[in-house]
Amino acid sequence: MRGATHAKWAALATAVALAATACGGGDDSGGGGADGIVSSSWGDPQNPLEPANTNEVQGGKVLDMIFRGLKRYDPKTGEAKDMLAEKIETTDSTNFTITVKDGWTFSNGEKVTAQSFVDAWNYGAALKNNQKNAYFFGYIEGYDKVHPEKGEATADTMSGLKVTGPRTFTVKLTQKFSTFPDTLGYAAFAPLPKAFFDDRDAWLSKPVGNGPYTVDSYSKGSQMELKRWDDYPGDDKAQNGGITLKVYTDNNTAYTDLIAGNLDLVDDVPAAQLKNVSADLGDRYINTPAGIIQTLSFPFYDDAWNKPGQEKLRQGLSRAIDREQITETIFQKTRTPAVDWTSPVLGEEGGFKDVCGDFCKYDAAEAKKLVAEGGGIPGGTMRISYNADTGSHKEWVDAVCNSINRALGDNKACVGNPIGTFADYRNQVTTQKLDGPFRAGWQMDYPLIQNFLQPLYYTNASSNDGKYTSAEFDKLVDQANAETDIPKAVGLFQQAEEVLRDDMGAIPLWYQNGSAGYSDRVENVALNPFSVPVYDQIKVK
Amino acid sequence: MGRYVIRRLLQMIPVFFGATLLIFLMVNVMGDPIAGLCGDRACDPATAARLRQEFGLDKPVWQQYLTYMGNVFTGDFGTAFNGQPVTELMANAFPVTIRLTLVAILFEIVIGISLGVVTGLKRGRPVDTTVLLLTLVVLSVPTFVTGLLVQLLLGVKWGWIDPAVSPAATFDELIVPGLVLASVSLAYVTRLTRTSIAENKRADYVRTAIAKGLPRRRVVSRHLLRNSLIPVVTFIGADVGALMGGAIVTERIFNIHGVGYQLYQGIVRQNTQTVVGFVTILVLIFLLANLLVDLLYAVLDPRIRYA
Repeated sequence: MRGATHAKWAALATAVALAATACGGGDDSGGGGADGIVSSSWGDPQNPLEPANTNEVQGGKVLDMIFRGLKRYDPKTGEAKDMLAEKIETTDSTNFTITVKDGWTFSNGEKVTAQSFVDAWNYGAALKNNQKNAYFFGYIEGYDKVHPEKGEATADTMSGLKVTGPRTFTVKLTQKFSTFPDTLGYAAFAPLPKAFFDDRDAWLSKPVGNGPYTVDSYSKGSQMELKRWDDYPGDDKAQNGGITLKVYTDNNTAYTDLIAGNLDLVDDVPAAQLKNVSADLGDRYINTPAGIIQTLSFPFYDDAWNKPGQEKLRQGLSRAIDREQITETIFQKTRTPAVDWTSPVLGEEGGFKDVCGDFCKYDAAEAKKLVAEGGGIPGGTMRISYNADTGSHKEWVDAVCNSINRALGDNKACVGNPIGTFADYRNQVTTQKLDGPFRAGWQMDYPLIQNFLQPLYYTNASSNDGKYTSAEFDKLVDQANAETDIPKAVGLFQQAEEVLRDDMGAIPLWYQNGSAGYSDRVENVALNPFSVPVYDQIKVK
Repeated sequence: MGRYVIRRLLQMIPVFFGATLLIFLMVNVMGDPIAGLCGDRACDPATAARLRQEFGLDKPVWQQYLTYMGNVFTGDFGTAFNGQPVTELMANAFPVTIRLTLVAILFEIVIGISLGVVTGLKRGRPVDTTVLLLTLVVLSVPTFVTGLLVQLLLGVKWGWIDPAVSPAATFDELIVPGLVLASVSLAYVTRLTRTSIAENKRADYVRTAIAKGLPRRRVVSRHLLRNSLIPVVTFIGADVGALMGGAIVTERIFNIHGVGYQLYQGIVRQNTQTVVGFVTILVLIFLLANLLVDLLYAVLDPRIRYA
């Protein structure tokens, strides 16, 4: 029978499809007390989980748990404290002698030596390894040989790094950089075990480090289970039994899972839920400053935006933005109006100071006057560019434009210019395609005032996307870097910031806070200045 | 029959190349993906250049396409930016999505066709009006609203299900997401079956069957339903592809790490290799599902012959 044969074929195809999908899985649940397991939301890391290749917060979370570097930033104050470093000595701010503490090992038993650091740094700097944080090693002598701007590398290792003993090594920089030791807390400077160099693929599928946690299991793209390392030699031992990081497809789902009691910690409360968060979580919601500042940059490479006297225009625009209102209504106070170009996490000693003053205060009349004195907006209309795919930028750009239009009494003064994807946006920014102001966000690498100024506004610096340039600013930054006395160096950086203010090289908008919510199963939850949860301090009730 | 299948398979080849080329070009139009890899800062030019070289992005588009297709035929779908081979992503994502689709299709068939038969036979009665009204409601509410509402009610308020599906995504966890995913198609299936049944109810062969004294059950299941199912099967067949690729919304809401999620991430990160690879497989599935539908016609209606 014809029909029956067809039916058999169809049934066979269905059976194959069914068999192909047969699969099962288990569920995990942690106990309570000191051995309790904390489950936390996660996103798929964008890059392979190598210290010098991780430049976003999702990968950063893991590195923060499984690695300890020479320095560690205090989770509360952000101050760089010695971790594996016994001492870091210098007499001229160019040559540093670093001694590694005794008694530290990786979780596989291998000793952490000076060689572990030097090998890791050389690996991170080498062009052939495609490490996205390679530029961190740019101050070390010989970097231009292993990572030339064009062509092939002519050396495998940096000449500025020399191992002088099992626990000591020297670093030679190409320029004076007095705060260099304080940068060594960044994950890119972590040591790497021999296992990494022997079999990188195996290491990446189950990373081994020297931090308070070890990776127990890792299924890429969905979940990582970290267990407390009982033999961890440091004094910041984990206060819980382990952390399970779960990848969520959407931060709204993670939040819902937290409310339903299936998840202990969400470190990214979705913007849409901010209104309900205090009703849902009460005091289990954290909203603390993080080292992130949002600014509006200007296209100084465009002649229309680079005329003498236009600093008045930029200052006027700054005064036309009602920061208070926007942070309150759009961001529900998860942003703080900016008063300088750095971040409150630096603290006053670190250089945070109200440098901007009146220039960051909303005043419609003054704004209108300044913009007119500065020659008006080039072409009569400016477009603020932003990427529309992530970060709810549309809302605030529209609000900023509304604020400017209202202040100037001109409905055509400012409009938003959405760009589809982040990659496309960054591409247009870095190739100088934009002809108007554009949004810029800066997340600090290490809590130093230098990190908020030099990479962004120094002539031709790596992230100086608007191509701002000022000889006066550059001179002050150079002086500050050469200054060995830290308070004096900070003072010089602040002077440089004043130059930036008088030019209004970029309009500071607001400081971004880190936000997190947690379940009633856990306590002692906090975010560090990098808006990463301090996992090792979390206690399970 | 055999020749027909071979001819259909051969026809798939140009469709396959055309579809992949289109997707390849579309992803390329979005611009250089490397710039998005370094966060809110510029990648250092030397590393960016090396990455471009490694992913073949420094070559002209036609050459990229040829290399890519060449690799695809040796089973190499390239590498995602996070260092995972795309085949590994597929091995993780496809089983999950296939399970979800099966659950959804099952709902469509069981609930959709039953409701369709009932309403088709009782046209104009209160049952019919009620179901029609319900399907209208389902059709007019977007999936993400249904999804979020169901998640909030069943997952948070009443605690019947976990709001998020675990990475293992077993069948029992996928029942609710599957129902949400199927809801709109389910309404279509109901309406299609209803119309078809109502129309064929008055056909000569049904009258003959009744006159012959066949039991009502047999008339409905053997004669009426079988003939009425052709448009429904076409719809469900085409829906297999649509469900697999179109589950992005449902997968994001219920935390299902399937094809939709991988595609979404691929698009956001502008990862040509992931997007083209997944879409290529989806195109194949779509083509095969359509072939299967055409073959099923003959099962349902013996008058249909293939040559």
